[in-house]
Amino acid sequence: MLCHCQKPAVITLQHGSLCQLHFLNYFEDKVFKTIKRYQLIEKNDTLCIAASGGKDSLTILYLAQKYLQKNNFNTPLFALAIDEGIKNYRKSTLKDLKQFCKDYSIKLNVIAAKKEFNYTLDQAYPKINKDTKKKPCNICGVWRRYLLNKYARKLNATKVITGHNLDDEAQAIIMNIFKANTDLAAHLGPISGINEHELFVQRVKPLYFCTEKETKLYSLIKKFPVQFIECPYANEGLRSNIRDMLNDFETKYKGTKQGIINSFLALLPLLKLQAKNNANEIKVCQQCQEPAHQNICNTCKIQSLLR
Amino acid sequence: MNITLKQERTNTTHTISFPRKTVKDLLQQLNINSETVIIIRNNTVITEDELLKNDDEIELLSVVSGG
Repeated sequence: MLCHCQKPAVITLQHGSLCQLHFLNYFEDKVFKTIKRYQLIEKNDTLCIAASGGKDSLTILYLAQKYLQKNNFNTPLFALAIDEGIKNYRKSTLKDLKQFCKDYSIKLNVIAAKKEFNYTLDQAYPKINKDTKKKPCNICGVWRRYLLNKYARKLNATKVITGHNLDDEAQAIIMNIFKANTDLAAHLGPISGINEHELFVQRVKPLYFCTEKETKLYSLIKKFPVQFIECPYANEGLRSNIRDMLNDFETKYKGTKQGIINSFLALLPLLKLQAKNNANEIKVCQQCQEPAHQNICNTCKIQSLLR
Repeated sequence: MNITLKQERTNTTHTISFPRKTVKDLLQQLNINSETVIIIRNNTVITEDELLKNDDEIELLSVVSGG
């Protein structure tokens, strides 16, 4: 297959094929348009990039920095990584991340779950699962959101930029539909959350319209140091089954994932309105003083299971 | 024809016998969804419609993140 410029294609998209150069332009243009359209980065922001060392976070670290340079924004930017404590996994991705941040002169902060909660995920999971049957991804998700928000705020960030891509979002939308979590679905979208609160740092997703395959290809062409290491818990959750299902549909019916996103964005204002009506006022956790939907936040509830 | 296949996800390299023509056929034979891989031949990314030749060395990079 050839690109419209007659050079060999590196990817076939719904509406045609692109060579390496045109793909890079297409990808960057899409990310920068998303940032502008949803005002994900503004001149007066202080940006915290949630980074793991994977392809998505290295791509958004690079492109956020490029966006600032392109627009002559003097906006402070730093990376924040959470070390959940997963053996034979996180240390390797953090090593790549440290090197990347050094190469691009980005300040990196690493927060370890072990230091914060006295447990690594590997130590906490069997204890919590015994009583609650919670999956490791449930615990990891609660910990990561908590630590990202807490330390982004402490480091004076006005936005947390995450590397969530179109596949992540389509999977989350379908998971919420399967579980009838319409109020949780209202928290999705290019800008996360439904209510502003002084203790919450707004989370934004510039890769919202980029598929996982496009992001992998971009990181590969740019020669970012991304190695494939599988999280030992990666296949434990519902998400991996939804991911396989959506990939099957995408192969048979091109544009399925984009269709899910487009339909969802059309419904999102209504979902947010409904969720705002249903939502209780955001509270402050009685134990840790972090924001919570109930008197005790989910992180402290997990902590109580570890005592 | 014979194809040497390197798979990132399983970290394996082996030679397989392949009776058909394109990358798409190869992925079908291996039961691999094209959404989940990027295909490399001689350090160059190729698309599914590419014709394969005897003794081609193909690398399949995993699209899905490790976590």
